[in-house]
Amino acid sequence: MKQSIRFRLNGKPVALDTDDDRKLLWALRTDLDLTGTKYGCGEGFCGACTVAVDGVAVRSCQTPLTSVQGKNVVTIEGIERDGKLHPLQKAFIDHGGFQCGYCTSGMLMNAWAFLQKQPHPSRDAIVQEMGGNLCRCGAHQGIIAAIQEAAGKGGAR
Amino acid sequence: MRRHNSDVDVDDLHRAVLFSRPEAAIDQPRGFSRRSFCKLLGGGIVILITAKPAKLFAQRRAYPEDLNAYLRIDENGAVTLFSGKIEMGQGIHTSLAQMAAEELGVSLDAITMVMGDTDQCPWDQGTWGSQSTRMFGPAVRAAAAEARTVLMNLAAKKLEVERDKLVVEHGVVSVAGDRTRKVTYGELASGKQIARLVDEKATLRALKDFKVIGRPTKRLDGHDKVTGRAKYAGDIRRPGMLYARILRPPSHGATRKSLDTSKAKEMSGVTVVEKGDLVAVLHADPEGASRALGLIKSEWDQPAAAFDTESVGDYFVKNGGDGEVRAAKGDVSSVTENVVHSTFRTGYLAHAPMEPHTAIAELKDGKMTVWAGTQSPFGARSRIAQTLGLDEKSVRVITPFVGGGFGGKSAAGQAVEAAQLAQITGKPVMVAWTRGEEFFFDTFGPAAVVKINSAADDKGKIISWDYHVYAAGDRAAEMFYDVPNVSLKTYIGRGGPRVHPFATGPWRAPGAGTNVFGRESQIDIMAAAAKIDPLEFRLRNATDVRLRRVLKAAAEAFGWKAAPGPSGQGRAIAVCSDAGAYCALAAEVAVDRATGEIKVKRVVAAQDMGIVINPEGAKMQMEGCITMGLGYVLSEELNFNGGAIADRNFDTYELPRFGAVPRIETVLIPNDDLAPQGGGEPAIVPMGAVIANAVFDATGVRLFRLPMTPARVLAAMKA
Repeated sequence: MKQSIRFRLNGKPVALDTDDDRKLLWALRTDLDLTGTKYGCGEGFCGACTVAVDGVAVRSCQTPLTSVQGKNVVTIEGIERDGKLHPLQKAFIDHGGFQCGYCTSGMLMNAWAFLQKQPHPSRDAIVQEMGGNLCRCGAHQGIIAAIQEAAGKGGAR
Repeated sequence: MRRHNSDVDVDDLHRAVLFSRPEAAIDQPRGFSRRSFCKLLGGGIVILITAKPAKLFAQRRAYPEDLNAYLRIDENGAVTLFSGKIEMGQGIHTSLAQMAAEELGVSLDAITMVMGDTDQCPWDQGTWGSQSTRMFGPAVRAAAAEARTVLMNLAAKKLEVERDKLVVEHGVVSVAGDRTRKVTYGELASGKQIARLVDEKATLRALKDFKVIGRPTKRLDGHDKVTGRAKYAGDIRRPGMLYARILRPPSHGATRKSLDTSKAKEMSGVTVVEKGDLVAVLHADPEGASRALGLIKSEWDQPAAAFDTESVGDYFVKNGGDGEVRAAKGDVSSVTENVVHSTFRTGYLAHAPMEPHTAIAELKDGKMTVWAGTQSPFGARSRIAQTLGLDEKSVRVITPFVGGGFGGKSAAGQAVEAAQLAQITGKPVMVAWTRGEEFFFDTFGPAAVVKINSAADDKGKIISWDYHVYAAGDRAAEMFYDVPNVSLKTYIGRGGPRVHPFATGPWRAPGAGTNVFGRESQIDIMAAAAKIDPLEFRLRNATDVRLRRVLKAAAEAFGWKAAPGPSGQGRAIAVCSDAGAYCALAAEVAVDRATGEIKVKRVVAAQDMGIVINPEGAKMQMEGCITMGLGYVLSEELNFNGGAIADRNFDTYELPRFGAVPRIETVLIPNDDLAPQGGGEPAIVPMGAVIANAVFDATGVRLFRLPMTPARVLAAMKA
């Protein structure tokens, strides 16, 4: 069934007339041409497809497109401010919080949403919160350090 | 040393190439012609490497002669470095640029990297084996050094001074002592058409003059990767493209006995392809293609399984034959007392890169262009050309960023599939394997068995080492301790298609992790039997300077407290030599006796890899090795029964998550007397042994099989 789905994407309104059984991930990557959000496992085990819906990190491969109707969706393409890297993005570069980079968008969005609700988390809380995001290259230590640093530098913005 | 290279303008190039080298007559470069040089060159300065770098740079593998340039300086001064290697997370995008910047005398951000494009880059066999820096690196440095020579000669002429009076910084050449007399590389290259042929060692900068090499450098691909702008194969879009899903068998070796695609054909917007074994559905939307695939009905005959997850080791030993002697010294059969017999086992491993195999192919004006996530763009080009019946010149493979490889993206099957479907449909086609397909068509690291019979005398000197390895090969198996009687035999190599029920291939440091798990566990077993501290036992048996140095460095950084095992500290050490580097790991674990769960608390790595191009990158690779290594040590093992693979996603095949990652400390041992060695693999190699040894030190219980799952730990503690 075709349906009209309207939501805010990275601060701007979008409208899609599309089948109602689609997942947010594929609408982002194909219809909306935002390819920063990645497919990793298709079943919500890896976190590569993480985006924020109304400030909460979700696995977009498991998120029905219809469920974001009227909501606010933020992807990796939407966290820079005035053309400047978000503190989390900068910290990921500074601490080597990536290698191949394929999990990086999901890592950043999970951390971004986390810092919104918990601006000054402990290291253990970061480890706990990031547990659903997989990185095969083993950049974990750099990622944790990056999130800690960004939290201290207004990363919740 | 004889140097042979000459400035040639385009008119003279053909002659210069064909006649100025004595070997040219018998070893003529393929396809050299003035026209192709003109096309290649445009304006500016191009550096080509025409003789075989295998000969020039002591590489083990031959590079064929190649038309493609290694380095270009455009008329505006822009520097482009071309490499057939690809970037999959290992950081050579940055370290190769560092090498070029160093030799050329430009800043790092002046360099643009073009990697893995078969139409633009010099031929390369593939990106694997920790070889990029140690084997391709010398060619990069030579090309850049030649370019600097050309530019300095031009500058000397222009500024009317002797060449040795000139200094270069950030691409600006000036007269020493009078910086107002200067000229930029861009100005020098402007209006020129110069191709330089390097066919002997170029004059490289001396270590003491290094400004870029050896400096910890942030990754140049960082900005693209944290903003989502970095393009992987799945992010490439072509007008009119279709997404394909391909019908797959339920198990390897299965044959199709019926097929019904009628329902899929009824679905609107679907193209169905049936060509021999290839059955695919294509749709403008990837979810549409998936729905169409679900409408296909098929039945399959599946062959009986020869072995499964549990029986594979016994099967290999039973069917291993007589083996092949790889090393022999003294007479192991002369030692019959106090012989310790051990058998070690490891399972099949998935590479599980976060980016599944993906490619998009487009046929346009007779040329097939394929964007593919692959470790071997030139190998992929050959396979595509062969499969499609095209000339290699009609196929171009472009490699965007690759989302992890670890040896698993060497075959490029998805690129062939995409090209086939593009040829059949005439439309651009993307083939993106699902995670389930990735777990099915992976070229798994083989399961393996190591059997060791060894003995030490009452002074703790190893006197006999009788080593047998099944299906892992002998990488990193060489006996670097001083042992008078040694026998090393391999059985069934690494297996291959007649042994394994599914495809297997290189998995980060192929076979080395298995061999070192066996050797370094056995060393610990002997040390404990001799009631000698395991570090002391190793040092007592080692004269190899680099081996001793990494052992001592790891122990010192760890804060090693000597005691025979099991000491109750839960700490251990293990060491390897791999890819020209030496790496020792010291680790501390805690074992939950109720659940059998192993918690790795801390790992210290000491590595000697010769000259380090990018210490920052090297440390990231070491941390990555240790973290990835936790997987095959604690949880990863492919569950299968014959060709039927049970693990198809991350719910049952468990990669290390954040909670499993220990504190990791890395130590790079200065060794500037040695050329750069491999750094992408060594630190993953001793992970099995160091954790198994630490579990023994904590509990007194020895584990002989990886992964050391909680169930196996509990079973070992009960035994």
